[in-house]
Amino acid sequence: MRHFKDSLLRALLWLSAFLSVAILVMIVGFIFYKGIGLISFNFIFGDYSPTGDGGIWPMIITTIYTVLISLVIATPIGILAAVYLQEYAKQGRLVRLIRFATESLTGIPSIIYGLFGAVFFVTTLKLGMSILAASLTLTIIVLPVIIRTTEEALKTVPRSYREGSLALGTTKLQTLYKVILPSSMPGILSGIILSVGRIVGESAAIFLTAGTVAAMPESILSSARTLTVHSYLVTQESGDIELAAAVGIVLIVIILAINLSATYISKKFNKATNK
Amino acid sequence: MSIPTTNKQTVEIGKANKRKYMLEKLSSRIFLICALLSVITLLLIIGFVFYKGAHPFVAEGYSFINFIFGTDWVPSEDKFGIFPMIVASIFATIGALIIGVPIGLFTAIFLAEIASKRLAKIISPAIQLLAGIPSVLYGVFGLAIIVPFLQNTFGLVKGQSLIAVILVLAIMMLPTIVTVAETAIRAVPQTYREGSYALGVSQIGTIFKVIVPAAKSGIMTAIVLGLGRAIGETMAVILVAGNSLIVPTSLTDSVRPLTTNIALEMGYAFGTHQEMLFATGIVLFSFILILNFVLAKISAKGGN
Repeated sequence: MRHFKDSLLRALLWLSAFLSVAILVMIVGFIFYKGIGLISFNFIFGDYSPTGDGGIWPMIITTIYTVLISLVIATPIGILAAVYLQEYAKQGRLVRLIRFATESLTGIPSIIYGLFGAVFFVTTLKLGMSILAASLTLTIIVLPVIIRTTEEALKTVPRSYREGSLALGTTKLQTLYKVILPSSMPGILSGIILSVGRIVGESAAIFLTAGTVAAMPESILSSARTLTVHSYLVTQESGDIELAAAVGIVLIVIILAINLSATYISKKFNKATNK
Repeated sequence: MSIPTTNKQTVEIGKANKRKYMLEKLSSRIFLICALLSVITLLLIIGFVFYKGAHPFVAEGYSFINFIFGTDWVPSEDKFGIFPMIVASIFATIGALIIGVPIGLFTAIFLAEIASKRLAKIISPAIQLLAGIPSVLYGVFGLAIIVPFLQNTFGLVKGQSLIAVILVLAIMMLPTIVTVAETAIRAVPQTYREGSYALGVSQIGTIFKVIVPAAKSGIMTAIVLGLGRAIGETMAVILVAGNSLIVPTSLTDSVRPLTTNIALEMGYAFGTHQEMLFATGIVLFSFILILNFVLAKISAKGGN
């Protein structure tokens, strides 16, 4: 009886693993199979045209804009916030409050961020449906990610580094930017790269704050669509699965590149600290 | 004897020190402000969403009970009831959990305990990568493969249905659950395994009686994260839900969960209609808070 139960459970474990892998391979396979026929130089670098034979360059540019703007704002704030929590703050009620807020922000679904962005950045701050409004919304979304990964990176810096530096008579600030930050840089970097992935993959929040205009954005105050929103809209409006899948290929390649570079950097980092 | 210094030098050093201390103080203030920003944004988000969403009930005399339990959503006729969407969201989430959690958890156990190192080294990174794929693509896949499949298998008029949503969400939460749960299982100390084997317990028995209970809190985190991804998902769900405004009575009914209601109508809504969408957001928000709270309670109990 026990043997039977054991073999049954073992079979279920194998089956589940097989199922997971099969489904996930199927999804990626499907996206590539459907979309690869459309991929060409003109598709990626050509300007959009409503007739359907144009490219997705405006969406790529819009995606790059949102990534750059959100990171330019979120990175310094996130790093400094993490520095405060790890290096400066006395553990107490204030730190607990900040930690609670950061954790809560992680749990909020992106559609709620979208609602907030729509009423705060778009309407109250009068930015209109624009790349800027979307980027500011995305800033809030990735801020907790950057804070947490930076905190983790700061934790890995050995205490002796700090003590050694302070013993030389440096101030806390000098120790911070000459010793602590440089040695935790790889960890911080991989956190930033992961945020890029989060921004590129985001759709609902952008949909509500940047709008859906399919054209090359004139400035960061123009409404525009990112790759994910484009992929959604062509599926929803015209049922054009091939086009959506082709955009999907571009997205998957970007995510793959992001993941590989994050892994590469953290591997290098581990080697450096294990010396 | 002390080193003779001129007065001027002392003053200079004093000034430099003062500047250093000033800078030190100033920088720690700036760091504090940055850290407080996350508190401020959280307050802003709650404040704005709640202010907008509560307005119709506080100032315009709409009944909150009718909003929650009303079954008609006809903005043009001033009818705002979200009961069908609440039911759809709850069913979709629970359904996705029922399918996604066992498969995800079993896959994680397989990768951490059963699979050879070589096999795990290939599969784990691949699954991690899939956790990063934009959720819209899961929706595209759902619409192109799952929806027609359901249509043909069950002879439905329209394949976009509650079961389609459940399947897409279950697939979407898989990579998250597998990745986090696998890490938790791998973190269980080797001595636990050895101790269990030494008592003559089989490998499978060790896994389910010793290792899984030991990794419980990490597994709970995995489920919460997967759940968070499923319940908040919007764009992928729109593509496969069908978006009908009925209380679902079977798995093959077309549904409209809370998130999709917001995304579908925000584009053209204004006035009370728009405020009601914010109210929908509040309900979704409370939903997530309650779920997280319940799961935290369950895992705390399990820990004891």
